[in-house]
Amino acid sequence: MSSLESMLQSIKANLPKQKVSYPTIPSYESGPEDLLQEFQVNLLKAGGAFFKVSAIAEAQEIVKKIHPDASVICSATDEWKGTKDSHRVQQPHEMADVDLAIIRSTMGVAETGMVWLREVDLMISSLGFLCQHIVILLDPKRITRNMHTAYRQVELDKNNYGCFVMGPSATADIGAVLIHGAQGPRSLTVMFLEEPPIKTA
Amino acid sequence: MSKIVNIVKNSSDFIHLDNVHEPMHDKNLWAAKTSREKAAAEVPEWEKLRELASQIKEHTLTHLDEYIMQFTHNAEKRGVKVHFAKDAAEHNQIVYDILSKHSVRSIIKSKSMLQEECGMTPFLEGHGITVTESDLGERIQQLYGEAPSHIVMPAIQKTTDDIAKLFAEKIGTDPNNKDAKSLNEAMRNDARPKFLAAGAGMTGANFAIAETGTFVVCTNEGNADLTASIPPLHIASIGIEKVLPKVEDLGVFIRVLTRSALGNPATEYTSHFTGPRKGGEMHIVLTDNGRSRRLGMTEFWHSLKCIRCGACMNTCPVYRRSGGLAYGATYSGPIGIILDPTFDQTKYSELPYHSSLCGSCTEVCPVHINISEQIIEWRKIMASHRLMPRGLAAGFSMADIMFKRPALFRLAEKMGYWMLKIIPKRLLYIKQNAWGRNRTMPTLAKQTFQDWYRENQKKKI
Repeated sequence: MSSLESMLQSIKANLPKQKVSYPTIPSYESGPEDLLQEFQVNLLKAGGAFFKVSAIAEAQEIVKKIHPDASVICSATDEWKGTKDSHRVQQPHEMADVDLAIIRSTMGVAETGMVWLREVDLMISSLGFLCQHIVILLDPKRITRNMHTAYRQVELDKNNYGCFVMGPSATADIGAVLIHGAQGPRSLTVMFLEEPPIKTA
Repeated sequence: MSKIVNIVKNSSDFIHLDNVHEPMHDKNLWAAKTSREKAAAEVPEWEKLRELASQIKEHTLTHLDEYIMQFTHNAEKRGVKVHFAKDAAEHNQIVYDILSKHSVRSIIKSKSMLQEECGMTPFLEGHGITVTESDLGERIQQLYGEAPSHIVMPAIQKTTDDIAKLFAEKIGTDPNNKDAKSLNEAMRNDARPKFLAAGAGMTGANFAIAETGTFVVCTNEGNADLTASIPPLHIASIGIEKVLPKVEDLGVFIRVLTRSALGNPATEYTSHFTGPRKGGEMHIVLTDNGRSRRLGMTEFWHSLKCIRCGACMNTCPVYRRSGGLAYGATYSGPIGIILDPTFDQTKYSELPYHSSLCGSCTEVCPVHINISEQIIEWRKIMASHRLMPRGLAAGFSMADIMFKRPALFRLAEKMGYWMLKIIPKRLLYIKQNAWGRNRTMPTLAKQTFQDWYRENQKKKI
């Protein structure tokens, strides 16, 4: 007998007699109309920051002010050209020197202030975690109500990796004091900026 | 026979350590409990979500064989190698075999209660593999040589002073530096090179989704993502009870998990792994380790619904004062009391008595586990196996004799009354009398209730 079969056999022998049915899960979509406003409030609570911009250049100017010392900027989006070419990175370890990562997210969640980042958005997943600071580009139209509506859009079957990120990396393990920049990014800034039109070949 | 954990002594040791640790522990957990209450009140459908979470878990557990098969099939389809371990020893051996095949000498890992339960780290270290915990709290406990004291806040019983002293000794920080921020910074700098040098990363899982073969890991530090995204090899240990049928179930569970744990809407990182990263390799070790047997225990199988949020620990008046290490087990607090005896009934036989049965744990459980009722069921089992703590057993058999004989009861009552008057205070508050150490004896009424009743009845007539 294979180890899977013997595990299944052991489970079957112990299954409770009374079966319980699977419930219908509502999506609880009532709530304030303004999703962008709710997203912003929750992002701030999670220790994140945001700016509304109308062009990449405007976002870049802001970044110069808030991260004046960032010398290695690695962008995983074609909209923003960094100083380190993400297309040339072969190994995840190479992201260790990144001061600032630029990533476009395809979804924000109003309920929590989270942004959704997939492997395809990060190019090399380690970029989102080894960098010192992170800037997220997000189209305000891409904000969804809550976790129920968010999970309708995640397409886990098509993405080997995806992460909901809610503010910067945090810990309260020393003396219950909240600290940002535990192991991952020390800060997270969302730039609300419409998505560029999709290039057609 | 395994040595019985003396939880009363362990708790007493923690309480009497000094005037700092226990009050701080109590205060910090009370804060988490209060923050949970606030978070729950802010979600109008909170009670509905708890019911849904409970029902989804019960549905899954009563169809567990089907969902384990589906999960395995879908994970394998995405190129993940799935292994099956019937117990801790098999789990550890599988992990070790994968690591040796890849000649891995050092690993980083994020928090996994299952790996704790299996004693994986000491096993791997015994085979010459260096294991580094990536969660700050877990790392603190690892450097102390202690198990995590809380399932969500592993080092919650340590003060900043303790940690300053530990880091000074282990990673060379200034012993006078007692600033949480710079201590964190020192550990961050110490951990980075280890992340980059590790040959493999290990994680646990909070949930596993049958529909897609995905597993989900929740962290605040992003350490599971670092663990998974840097080394070429990712191994995840997953208990069979972690399976959920569908992706949409996560909407319910993510909404209740962290609100129950710490009062936050979610953890900073909710990470979903469905397949290996680009150029990497991924293994899952699905582990039973007594879970299928527990599924067959009519009174106790509901404990498998647990999502390890720790809300029952934060709310427990006994846990808050005892500290998690007092339980001498992987799982502490109310949930520990009902889980631990399924691993070793004798060793953990005194845990079910470490409860006031106030029922607060049952009230806060996000998946409606009847924790306090299960504690009573375990007491019944311990009593029937003559595993009740000796002092309690003696007390109860004496009470049994007395309560059956009213005359004897009244005599004992009178005697107790006079004894308390005669016995010198010094004797009452000796070390052996644990009650006397933290409490003053009650002042007794001038007469017993029965004497008073009789007298008043006479007056009435």
